[in-house]
Parts: sequence; structure tokens; C-alpha cells
Amino acid sequence: MNLQLDEQGRLRHFLDIAGLPRDVLVSIMDTAEKFSGVTEQSVKKVPLLRGKTVVNVFFENSTRTRTTFELAAKRLSADVLNLNIGTSSASKGETLLDTLANLQAMHSDMFVVRHADSGTAEFIARHVAPHIAVINAGDGRHAHPTQAMLDMFTIRRHKGADFGRLRVAIVGDIMHSRVARSQIHALNTLLTGEVRVIAPRTLLPANVREALGVHVFHNIEEGLRDVDVIITLRLQHERMSGALLPSEHEYFQYWGLTDERVALAAPDAIVMHPGPINRGVEMASAVADGAQSVILEQVTNGIAVRMAVIAMSMHTSGGEGAP
Amino acid sequence: MRRTLQISGGRVIDPANRLDSITDVFVVGSKIAGVGMPPEGFKTRHVIDARGKVVCPGFVDLAARLREPGLEHKGTIASETYAAATAGITTLCVPPDTNPVIDAPPEVALIRRLAKRTGHAWVVSLGALTRGLDGELLSDMGILKDAGVVGVSNALRPVKSTMVMRRAMEYAATFKLPIHAYALEPWLSERGSVHEGVVSTRLGLPGIPEAAETTEIARLLTLAEHTGCRVHFCRLTTRRGVRMIARAKADGLRVSADVAAHQLHLTETDVDGFNAYAHVLPPLRTTHDRDGLREGVADGTISSICSDHQPHEADAKLRPFMQTEPGISGLDTLLPLTLSLVDAGVLNMSQAISRLTAGPAQVMGTGVGTLEAGAVADIAVFDPDMAWRLTPETIASRGLNTPFMGWELRGRVCHTIHEGRVVFSRLGWETE
Repeated sequence: MNLQLDEQGRLRHFLDIAGLPRDVLVSIMDTAEKFSGVTEQSVKKVPLLRGKTVVNVFFENSTRTRTTFELAAKRLSADVLNLNIGTSSASKGETLLDTLANLQAMHSDMFVVRHADSGTAEFIARHVAPHIAVINAGDGRHAHPTQAMLDMFTIRRHKGADFGRLRVAIVGDIMHSRVARSQIHALNTLLTGEVRVIAPRTLLPANVREALGVHVFHNIEEGLRDVDVIITLRLQHERMSGALLPSEHEYFQYWGLTDERVALAAPDAIVMHPGPINRGVEMASAVADGAQSVILEQVTNGIAVRMAVIAMSMHTSGGEGAP
Repeated sequence: MRRTLQISGGRVIDPANRLDSITDVFVVGSKIAGVGMPPEGFKTRHVIDARGKVVCPGFVDLAARLREPGLEHKGTIASETYAAATAGITTLCVPPDTNPVIDAPPEVALIRRLAKRTGHAWVVSLGALTRGLDGELLSDMGILKDAGVVGVSNALRPVKSTMVMRRAMEYAATFKLPIHAYALEPWLSERGSVHEGVVSTRLGLPGIPEAAETTEIARLLTLAEHTGCRVHFCRLTTRRGVRMIARAKADGLRVSADVAAHQLHLTETDVDGFNAYAHVLPPLRTTHDRDGLREGVADGTISSICSDHQPHEADAKLRPFMQTEPGISGLDTLLPLTLSLVDAGVLNMSQAISRLTAGPAQVMGTGVGTLEAGAVADIAVFDPDMAWRLTPETIASRGLNTPFMGWELRGRVCHTIHEGRVVFSRLGWETE
């Protein structure tokens, strides 16, 4: 049984790229393509979800993801409620299921959930009322599927629909990254020619090759050679205190993305980052602001992709109602 | 005349006495009066027809959390010793991580008194190795021993300082108290909730590496050699760990080991889909490890299979995976999970019974787990072929938290005798 799909194979919840077939991922991108027209109009709204209520339930802080989800839902004409639960309910002793039962009692139609613990989105999807759709906006180190889909969408716009020709390298903290896990699943589902990860051993999870299906490089110069897409991950400051890395200085020295290193990739390679960037840690400013960077496009594309996922999992296909 | 009981025509298996034959067992009062030949002047008052059944010593479970005192909403000594009786278990050893911790005589006495009142099984305690299990100050081990504990343990709480561990082992050895130690190196296992491997990587869950077990075994074996303290390793999970203990035994070290029954059947992939019922500590590992544990049980490196019983209320598992409480309700499945190793050709029937009786009894050092004349009459009579399904209705424990729910199992206890009294008879197997 696939929790994410209904009997007709349509999206019901969007929790994890793993377990979704290729045609669902393609149809998310196709739908996003239609919606990106909307976001570029002067009146940036379609009446698809009028009267529906989308609740952003964030148990962990976020600016970018929450605001783009909010914009996406509003452009579909839904009512949007933002709840930064943080620790407030939990500290009053309320269980997660009770918090959600209360939100459910307010006649919500969709929960967009972010939580610090892996597996929370799936847990919630298993326990909500059947009419509520759940979208995972990031759970622990496990998955961040809308980020992965906006990245795939961005890659497709630049490199075309045939991922089989592409070499993609993901550089940085794979171990703690839900973004990387979802990107790798998406790239593999879309039959990408080669997926590489580049990192020191301390930032790679156990059995990464076997578990996720990637080629592993420790040396960035070797790993970037001839790739078409470079995805750099954010390096959290707390990695230094966990004895995973000696210093930001040394990290930049060996794994930071510089112009010289970008030059090792294919000449038309694009550079991506899920943000927020630590300039001078994982990436030089010249690269972030350079001609090959598509980092701000990713943010823009995030709105269309999230509109697509919201609309599809509410069973309102982007076809009718969309321009 | 005193109460008598004759269990007739069963396949009597008593590994402690190398016995395996179709014969009768005679009980007078609370003691075994003989096997094969009735004692002189024996008059049968009560007969159990055991034809087609196995008759063996009552099972001895080295690790069962009965949740009392402190967590009575999960289970009580009354509810869980009754469940034990329905599963043929007549001796239960409880770890010291109750609330309050078992680090003083009143807790030991309380547990014994509650068990005696319900009368379904013996309940013996492990005492805390350190005061309040804090990992820093030694507990009153001498006083605890006099109060009746069969060993000392820090349960799942860490003893980070190797110096504290060394002193604790030296002091325990002074009183000839064995240490029951989990093999989880504190730093390497901190915050982990599953085996560090393919599944933890896919699910993004913090892992506990194999090295957490092997590093701790190495530390404890070295200290055991240095201090002369007897060490019993609790709940092994890795093939390498089993090999290390086999080598230490070959070198003449006085060590022993047990395994939880679920570890012989489940692996890390049972956690897939964030299955909280497969959340256990120490964690489920790879197929390679599970097969290594089975080999260790077969060759005797692992002398005991325990239930590692940890009943929970439903809410304890209704949370995101990492916030769920680890543990499986294991009393009901201890026998069938062990017997399925006989079906699988891993063990013969006598070895299987030994891992549930003579093996753990030897670790505890109490005179149970045998049918020798004069021993206390704790006996299990079970049908090794009877199939049944594990459902909320068939579970006797108050804890319904088990990944085996819905499984078709084989092997069902018909009668349990504790101190010469029939404390449990399954419906349909009435005695005469």
C-alpha cells in the first residue's frame, strides 16, 4: 500500500520522493510549468482552491519554505493559516496527535508540516482524517520532497527533460541533509545518468552507495569533472562542535565551491544551492553570484512547484482552472 | 497426604540432566519427587495427560520489565507474571531501571512481596550497579546482595567513566556478584535509535553503529580479565560481538551472554516505514548479524534466550519514530519464537529448551531450570505443534506492542506448574 497515492494512482499526500513513480514526478513538473505562467502574470492568482484551508504547521523554524508555501497556497486562492508551533504546545504537554486533532477540528483541508524528527510527516498522514492531505515541508534528516522537486524542475528547465544524459554532483553534508536524500531519490527516479556525492567521510551516512544509489567522491576536483549540475548543500555551524569537521576554513579549502572548481565541470554546468548560503564556507561569493548560478531561480520555481503539489494532492488537477 | 501431581506420557526434556525421553514426572508438595519412577508410596491425586506434549522445566527469563514499581500504566507484577504463567515462564529476572531504581533493599523486598502475593512465578531482581543508575557512585552492592539480588547492572544507562566501571567491577567481584551489562558504548550509541546502516541512511534516523557493541565488549572483557569480575552480556546484536565472546570463553574468561528472542527473527529492514513496533534498544541489525546470533545460540556462545519483555501503553508508540519508547512486549512470543529455530534447523529441541531453562538458570545461579529430584517443581507442558495467531485477543500481557502481531506461531503452553501448583491450564487441556 502506498500511503502517498490513491487507488487511481493520484497524489493523496506528498511525503517522500521514495515510493513515487516517475510519471508522478513528471506530472508535478508539468503542472508546475503551467502554474509558472500564473506567477509571472500581473494578477498572480487562480481560483482553484477557493474556500479551502491550508495550514502551515511548522514545528521547526523556516522562512523560505514557509513563505513560498504560503504564497503558493494564496495564489491558488486558498485560505492560509500559519502556525509556528515550535515548542509552545509541546512544552504544555500536548501530544502531537492532540495538536493535529485540534487543527483538524477547525475544518482544515491540508497540513503542510515541518518537524525536526524524521518520519513525522508520514506519521501524521497515517493518523489524520481521510479528507486531509499532508505535505512534507521537511522532516528531520529524512525528506524534503518539495525542495527536491523544485530542484528537478530547475534542472529540467535548463537541461531538458532527458535526465539520462546528465551527470549531477551533490557537494557537502549529505549525512544530515533531508534535501540531499530527496534530491538523490528524485534524480534516480528520473533516471539521471550519474548521481555523485562529494564529501569528507564524516559527512556521509553509513552505506550511502548501497542505500541511496550514488557514486561517492571525497576529492572535489575529481567529483566535479564533467558534471552538468552542481548542487551545493548548506554547512551547519554545529558540525564543528560535533567533531565532524575541524573548521570552516579547512572545509572551504577542500570542499568549497570556487570558480576554479566550477571550471572543471561541463562548460554549461549550472550551480544550485537550497539556501540559505554561507558565503565563503560552502561556496565563494563569486560562484553564488556568477553566471552559472541559478540559485534565485530555484526560489522562484519553488512557488510554482508548491502550487502544483498543493493542487494535485487536493485532487484539483492543474488542467482545469489553470490558464 | 501432601498434594501430589503426576505428569504422564510426555516427552520429558531436561537439558540440565541430559534427559530426553517419553516418561512421567512426579511432584510431591512443592518439589520434584522423581522422573520415570514414582517415589515410594506415591499416590496420584492429580494427573496431567502429557501425551504428544513436551514436559520441561519452567522457563527462566533473564530480562523482563514488569513495570512495577513506577510504570503501572504499562503493566503490573500481577498482570505480567500472569502473562508469564500462560507462556510457561516460572522465573523472571527484572532489570533495576524501575522507578524508584532497585538500589536499596526496600525495592528488592517490594518486588518479591508483590510477586509472592500473586504467586504466578518467581521474580528476582538485579540491583543497580551505580546509585540511582547515575553511572558515577557505587551502589550498596553488599547490602543488595544480602537483600537477594542475583546480579548488578546499570541497565541501559551509561557508565561513561572507565574508571567507575573498573571500580564497580572490582567491588562487585568482592561479593561474587555478576555484572549484567548491555554492550552499548555510551558515546557511540548516544542519541541513536536504529542500527547505523542502509535503513538508517534511507530514513534519516540517527544510528547506533556495530562498533558501539564491539567497543563496549572489548572494554568490558579487558576489565573482566583485570578485575576477575564475572560478566554477563545482555541482549547481543552483532555477529562480531558473538565472535568476541566466543574467543573470550575459549581463553577461559568467566563470561556469558544472552539474546532477545526478537533479535533472532527481525532485522533493520523491519524498521522500514518508521515502524515504531520494531524500535528496540539495542537495535535490530543486519541479516548477517541475525544469522551470526543464531549461530551463537546454536554453538552455545549465547546460553540464554530472553523475552526482553517491555510492555507499553498504546500512546508510547503513537509518536514520531524517535520519540516512541523502545521495546517489545515479549513474554507471549518467547516460546514460539524459540521453537521456530527448531523448525528452521538452527537448534534441536533439547538445545532450544536449554536456552530457556538450564542456560539462564546458570547465569542467575539459583536452583531453578531443572527437573532433578528435590528441585522446586517449576514445570512447563507445551504442545510444540499447535499453531496459533498472535492477536490482541491472544496476548496475555497488558502490552500489545509487538511487531509479531498477526504472525502465525507454533508452540503453545498447555500447563504451567509453579512450586508444585498448576498456576495455568489452557482451556481445552483440562487436568483430571
